[in-house]
Amino acid sequence: MTSIFDTFKLRAEAVSAEVHRFPHKPAALNFIAHYLQQAGVADSPQSYAVWADCPFLRGVSKQQLAEQIPGLNFEVTRERAAGSKVGISQLDWAMANTGSLVQDAAPVDRRLVSTLPNIHIAIVETNRLLPDMPAVFSKIRPEQTNYISFITGPSRTADIERVLTIGVHGPEKLIIVFVDDMAGVN
Amino acid sequence: MRKEFRESINTALHNPNLAGALGRFSEAYRISREKAYEGIDFEAVRTQIADRKGYAASHLDELAERFTQQAEARGAKVFRTDDPAKVREYILELAQQNGVKSVVKSKSMASEEIHLNPYLEKAGIEVRETDLGEWIVQLAKQTPSHMVMPAIHMTKEEVADVFSQEVEAGQMPDIPKLVKFARGKLRTRFLSAGMGITGANIAVAETGSLVIITNEGNARLVTTLPKIHVAIVGIEKLMSDFADVVPVLTALPRSATAQLLTSYVSIISGPVPNTDGTPKQLHIILMDNRRTEMSQDPKFKQALQCIRCASCLNVCPVFRLVGGHVFGKIYTGGIGTILTAWFDALKSSDEIQSLCIQCGNCTQFCPGKIDIPGLILELRRRLAVEKGQTVAQKAIFSVVNNRRLFHSMLRTASLAQKPLKKDGFIRHLPFFLSDMTEFRSLPAIAEVPLRDKFPKIEQPEQTEKAAFYSGCLIDFAYPEMGEAVVKILNKAGIEVIFPEGQTCCGAPARYSGAYEVAAQNASDNINALLEQEVKYVISACPTCTVALKHDFISTFESLGQTDSLPGARALAAKVVDFSTLVKMLVDEGRLTFKEGQQLGKVTYHDSCHLKRTLNVSQQPRELLTKAGYEISEMYEADMCCGMGGSYSLKMPEISAPILERKLKNIKETGAPLVVMDCPGCVMQIRGGMDKDGAEIKVEHTAQRLAEELE
Repeated sequence: MTSIFDTFKLRAEAVSAEVHRFPHKPAALNFIAHYLQQAGVADSPQSYAVWADCPFLRGVSKQQLAEQIPGLNFEVTRERAAGSKVGISQLDWAMANTGSLVQDAAPVDRRLVSTLPNIHIAIVETNRLLPDMPAVFSKIRPEQTNYISFITGPSRTADIERVLTIGVHGPEKLIIVFVDDMAGVN
Repeated sequence: MRKEFRESINTALHNPNLAGALGRFSEAYRISREKAYEGIDFEAVRTQIADRKGYAASHLDELAERFTQQAEARGAKVFRTDDPAKVREYILELAQQNGVKSVVKSKSMASEEIHLNPYLEKAGIEVRETDLGEWIVQLAKQTPSHMVMPAIHMTKEEVADVFSQEVEAGQMPDIPKLVKFARGKLRTRFLSAGMGITGANIAVAETGSLVIITNEGNARLVTTLPKIHVAIVGIEKLMSDFADVVPVLTALPRSATAQLLTSYVSIISGPVPNTDGTPKQLHIILMDNRRTEMSQDPKFKQALQCIRCASCLNVCPVFRLVGGHVFGKIYTGGIGTILTAWFDALKSSDEIQSLCIQCGNCTQFCPGKIDIPGLILELRRRLAVEKGQTVAQKAIFSVVNNRRLFHSMLRTASLAQKPLKKDGFIRHLPFFLSDMTEFRSLPAIAEVPLRDKFPKIEQPEQTEKAAFYSGCLIDFAYPEMGEAVVKILNKAGIEVIFPEGQTCCGAPARYSGAYEVAAQNASDNINALLEQEVKYVISACPTCTVALKHDFISTFESLGQTDSLPGARALAAKVVDFSTLVKMLVDEGRLTFKEGQQLGKVTYHDSCHLKRTLNVSQQPRELLTKAGYEISEMYEADMCCGMGGSYSLKMPEISAPILERKLKNIKETGAPLVVMDCPGCVMQIRGGMDKDGAEIKVEHTAQRLAEELE
């Protein structure tokens, strides 16, 4: 039998997302830091990275990270996000049967980092993975948050000649990073 | 029909981009849609949607009130109005009060329904559509040609030209580059706009939430960057409970674009902070524009169950040829015809309703379980009542109803055209009739109609009796089909009678909206067919079978002729189509096929009314297989052949290319024989094969089986 994670990975990759999984936070952090460097994140316009505040960052030295990766910023403004190559945020749930991520997106920084940059790195705790939509709908609470986002793969269009083209108004790459154990601190 | 409408059809039919793009898409759609629904019980999901949307349609006022309360308690401002003019004024005033110079929009059909863009632009406010297809269409100063894929009629070369002329010179016809160009140009608009306008796919009364679905991510930007968000929501988008979102979100992406889920779904339940920390102004406009009136109409209420997936466009044999522009309005295709009749005006649907061939294919796919062809027929009826019947129409129906006169007239015409008749076909008709024989030959009129041949057929007397209902085509053109039915039933020990008083089944009148004529036909037939005690009333024409079994009842119901209903129901209980009855007789061992025959390949064409109204598709295949044939399935076996009764006479330019596809699919099976249960389909397909010159035999199932039974 395929595991719920395998289902998620299959579905998410089918819609052009990348899926990675790490046993603990240090490994995930290491991956993200390398990714940012390789993606060419730098301290110049259009090459910044923005990271929206999230539980993953608890216990992580933002200062140290910012020094390690010039151009990475934790103060997410509209201008900064518009000038960023990469945006990073943590999402609340993953939905296996469609390969989707779900987030309370009321705080605006969470939307800025996942709409304006070319690449969105989405962190999610592995134990927040749910099988399907009914399961997700039993968890989300519209009465408690004014903006809930479902994200399934990168932005896409087929409006010209029905040819699928990735990356229209939103990110052209979605990198999903599962972390099994969020407690471990570097 | 106006010349302009006919011309718009011809323009569309001769646009190779449109036909190519729509044709390819509709073929790919059925396969990818099926894949997207793997593991999902579509019938269960659509029953749930029809149920929950149906509930909402019965409680619009209550849900609108509840939604308003909830959304306003969360800090949104809700404006509810019946009047499109008030919607436009509200938005303009809001823009002016807040000094808005530029608006970005994500797709909203409700805004297009009320022509919002030109109104705001006239007042000096710049409006940008941001959905790529909508932006292209806006720049090209055109209207969308499809509800989900607005620019499907344009090639990349045309898009590059539009971008070069309207935005920045020098754009190349390279799709990824064009998309990147649009991203860059629209990005600055998103960042500078003072107001964002969206529609909504669902509005949840329980929580005051809006559900907005997109793939490009434009709705997320429209609802995030500008300080004012206006959502224009037709009140039919209201649903009662938050849990109601699940079935719609399950079906909509799968049915619309064959996706498991769109890239983005946003559920907005109140104002969110702006990027400068101030709270966003959230204005929700609940727009009625005759939706409440529609909900009070017992027939059309179900149209409010539409979730705007456009699957009825994608599976329509006519839409894939003509596209959306011939509809002339924002809502297109089958459901668009119905919505236009209400949101615009009944008379706006006068011409476009005639595009529907009544094949019923869309009803198999509609996630809202809407009887789209049924509602289009109802529009036709109401239009006919409004306009009254023309003298010519009345004359035609009175002749059609007088069977002997009708046959002798046809016969006279056929004899007069004797030089045109050859091996049982009429291949050319002169003058205005030439359209009828341009793409298919017509059958020659039988020398003696079935009704006059019948008394001469020798039958053993039996206690078990069946009445044969012939219908016009078998009576006048194909009496041999009727003789085959008699031969088969006799073998099973059933005697067949031909009630003399039977007349036209009324389908031509009903499908033209002339319900009074259809009701008279129904009464005459009920009297004739119930006169003598029989076990079955059998017909070898599915359209007639549907008339006898279903339409008589619904015609009487529509006209409020309740006195006639018991007779109609008594008849309906006895009516059975040819293949169903014969399959039953074979199963009971009353009929047996010749032993051990190997008859080779055959392909079977599903006739619309047989497959979709009578739900018969396996029976004829099983009978053919038992007889010794090997069925070689054609592509789109259940797609209409383009006959549609009088449709092929009224719309020959559409009927011809539909037939052409059918012939191609038949030929590709390599079978030397195609079989079907409907004399109308035989007439169309046999006539097409004759013109085509292909050596493929076209036969009615009854004739084919009569030869192979012991």
